[in-house]
Amino acid sequence: MNLIPNSCLKDFMLKDIGLNKIDDLFLDIPKSIKVKELNLPLGLSQQETEKKLRKIACKNQSFNDILCFLGGGIKPHYVPAVVKSVISRAEFFTAYTPYQCEASQGFLQAMFEYQSLISELTGMDVANASLYDGATALGEAALMSIRVNGRKKFVIPRNISWEKKSVLRNYLKGSNVDLVEIPFDIKTGKIDLDYLKKNIDENISGVYIENPNFFGVFEDDVDKISQIVKNAGSLFIVGIDPISLGIAKSPGEYGADIVIGEGRALGNFMDFGGSSLGIFSCKKDFVRQIPGRLIGLAEDKNGKRAFCMTLQTREQHIRRGKATSNICTNEGLCAIAAVSFLSTLGGDGFENLSKVNFENAQRLAGKIKSVSGYKLMFSGVHFNEFVIKCDKDTDIINKKLLKKGIQGGLVIDNWFEELNNCMLFGTTEMHSESDFDALVSALKEV
Amino acid sequence: MYRSAVYDEPLFSEMISCAKGKLKPVDLLKNTIKRTTKLNIPDVDETQVVRHLHRLSQMNYCIDSGIYPLGSCTMKYNPKICEHIATWEKFVCTHPYQDISTIQGNLKIMFEFEKMLCEIAGMDSFSLQPAAGAHGEFLGMLLTQAYHQCNDDGKRNEVILPDTSHGTNPASATMAGYKLIEIPSTNNGTVDLDYLEKALSDKTACFMLTNPNTLGIFESDILEISKMVHDAGALLYYDGANMNAIMGIARPGDMGFDIVHLNLHKTFATPHGGGGPGSGPVGVKTSLEKFLPIPRIKKTKDGYYEFDYDVAESVGKIKEFFGNFSVILKAYIYISMMGRDGLKEASEIAVLNSNYMKKKILDSKRYTMPYKDIRKHEFVLSCEKLLHEKQIRAMDVAKRLLDYGLHPPTIYFPLIVKEALMIEPTETESKDYLDKYVDALIKIADEDSEIVKNAPNNTSVKRVDEVGATKNQILTWKMI
Repeated sequence: MNLIPNSCLKDFMLKDIGLNKIDDLFLDIPKSIKVKELNLPLGLSQQETEKKLRKIACKNQSFNDILCFLGGGIKPHYVPAVVKSVISRAEFFTAYTPYQCEASQGFLQAMFEYQSLISELTGMDVANASLYDGATALGEAALMSIRVNGRKKFVIPRNISWEKKSVLRNYLKGSNVDLVEIPFDIKTGKIDLDYLKKNIDENISGVYIENPNFFGVFEDDVDKISQIVKNAGSLFIVGIDPISLGIAKSPGEYGADIVIGEGRALGNFMDFGGSSLGIFSCKKDFVRQIPGRLIGLAEDKNGKRAFCMTLQTREQHIRRGKATSNICTNEGLCAIAAVSFLSTLGGDGFENLSKVNFENAQRLAGKIKSVSGYKLMFSGVHFNEFVIKCDKDTDIINKKLLKKGIQGGLVIDNWFEELNNCMLFGTTEMHSESDFDALVSALKEV
Repeated sequence: MYRSAVYDEPLFSEMISCAKGKLKPVDLLKNTIKRTTKLNIPDVDETQVVRHLHRLSQMNYCIDSGIYPLGSCTMKYNPKICEHIATWEKFVCTHPYQDISTIQGNLKIMFEFEKMLCEIAGMDSFSLQPAAGAHGEFLGMLLTQAYHQCNDDGKRNEVILPDTSHGTNPASATMAGYKLIEIPSTNNGTVDLDYLEKALSDKTACFMLTNPNTLGIFESDILEISKMVHDAGALLYYDGANMNAIMGIARPGDMGFDIVHLNLHKTFATPHGGGGPGSGPVGVKTSLEKFLPIPRIKKTKDGYYEFDYDVAESVGKIKEFFGNFSVILKAYIYISMMGRDGLKEASEIAVLNSNYMKKKILDSKRYTMPYKDIRKHEFVLSCEKLLHEKQIRAMDVAKRLLDYGLHPPTIYFPLIVKEALMIEPTETESKDYLDKYVDALIKIADEDSEIVKNAPNNTSVKRVDEVGATKNQILTWKMI
């Protein structure tokens, strides 16, 4: 293997430019900081590398080795072979950001299609060409709401993932913004509407809700929430799981101003949590405040349809300190996966997928709660995750399940003290009836 | 002669859709959220999907097509083996919340990778959480804040940067709430120590620097800069975009940098995916370690890996889960394959290739190169001469290069060079390719200016009216 073609021409090239040795190229680096030798092993051949990695890989158990019922905003979904084939085309995955649009029409058009598809799903006018993940998309949405109306308070439900909350706090550190948390109703698992009503005022830049929420429960009082938010003149921001939008309304239909979410489920693997795909879409009134890249339709000088990055004066490489965000590298390839995924499924296939996720979760929840010692915590209708309250210690249950080759739900009482012995289960189209039965019979035994 | 594929490829929305099924609303959902209208996602057959995306891909230049010498972007060849291994089911089908006994492989990779980066950058600890360079910079600013606050020195609200800095630097500092102070460079293109001295005060939180800087010049005064910054009580931040110049030769940690970010999708050969996913790990000295994001990874005495969430002073999270693991994995494979010898040689040849090109181009006397002569892995030419003599701009040269089947350099950056062409060939280009590129640049300078200004002609579309696109704001199918 040789990844450095000119290493054999080194001396010739040096001589050609009037130098004697490689060190002559580094004379401007002070001697006192020159490295003698890095304390790393020597390089391996490709064959050795593969062998080494195979050994390491064996220390992992994948979704195909253990039955996994974890929730928490990330679950396995089927990735059609078409998606793998498309994103493994080097023309897409070894390209840089499409600065030179004439040589990047393919990527640009695919991203334009991505923006169109995401806008359709969310019911918004525009979507950007991706952010890092759902959590940072929330951070950017909060910052955007502050840019739009200059207010200094931001509202979130108490029941969002602790990781997301922490990312959001970090994104808001530079802006002196207060975070207000809305409690959840312990019976339904939905947002406490009365609390929201009482605590909203004209200092609030935006109100964020998730649909379905962290407990998997659909917030179905969205018309009321939307009205409360509008009355205060705040922006209404909705976080979605895109897969739910085959059976649930697009947030645009119930008055959202910004819709964000984690888009990994659209044709991407779990990848141990990364890569990821930050969805960001909004109404067109805010287009100049959008963070990140936007691809626009254009014409070439002969009037032929073309595509290019547009409204770049929002971005850091032009506007520097006054940019709408610092983001440069995004998650372009994951967005291409989303385009391949959605176009392979089509509208019918996507709606069906959504329904299967919903129905599987209803069925699994029904089966689990029929086992004594387990009950469904919340009465609200849930999508593909749900909270189960157990009679026994959840850590012990999970340890015992693991011995039977099953990864149980996500233990969530660390973050919600009132949810003692509660687990967040998740299921998707990847589980079959026999997988459910395996879990249920294991739960009976533990 | 180069010719790009040209298809009049319709949008998905313009393709003939199969007959749609009827939406059957889900009874259990309340009317307020129940979907009742069909999603307008085109239903096309698999052949159409594959051909469409295949054709689009053919209208896209990439590193596998040829040289891609974007300055500060380090577009090196991405070894296929990294991609191959990173798609193994044992890696891609793991859930971040799985019991740690079932993900020891992933944890081992992250643990060892942190150590590798510490050694390469001369730092004490690394966080792999940031998803990109700019994301790492933002984390760097949060760490800076945490550090000063911890020292009861929270009034420090200014960040200093040179006028050659990447656009992400000021943007990241602003996002973290800092006031910016930009200082001009000397006639040599390096940090002006007098200006730096004047800018430093008890308000300074941090000085952000790229070394070698964006002109490709190594800041030889780095030890003095470091002393000045630290004497003022501030921290020194290293933007690692240009790390490909110095691997195994010098380390930011030894230069005095307190916080460092590296770009795995540049220096460590992971593909850029047309914009991402990337990864921008952040390294720190011991004094800042306790502020790094959670979880940290620990190795027990018996070789077992664990997550440690119990870090009281941590800034928390900057991204969900543990960063872009798939990218981290590819970079881990790359470093394992290169080893200490290979990494050093990569930097040496990257710098040799750049200096070789620079010499050949300057000898032709068609382009000029302001500032000091000695350059590292990249150099910045000016097309000012062409502008005066033939009204040819950097943009025109870039577009004409496309006709030769060569990707243009970064243009109009850094801002202190007029009509800039910022060229970074990397170590993975052969001499043949470098010669070809040099020849093309010389030929273009000698061509009839109308030809150059009308370029490109061999691409899938002719020169695009970007101003018109901004005016019309057509961003989705619906807006057409």
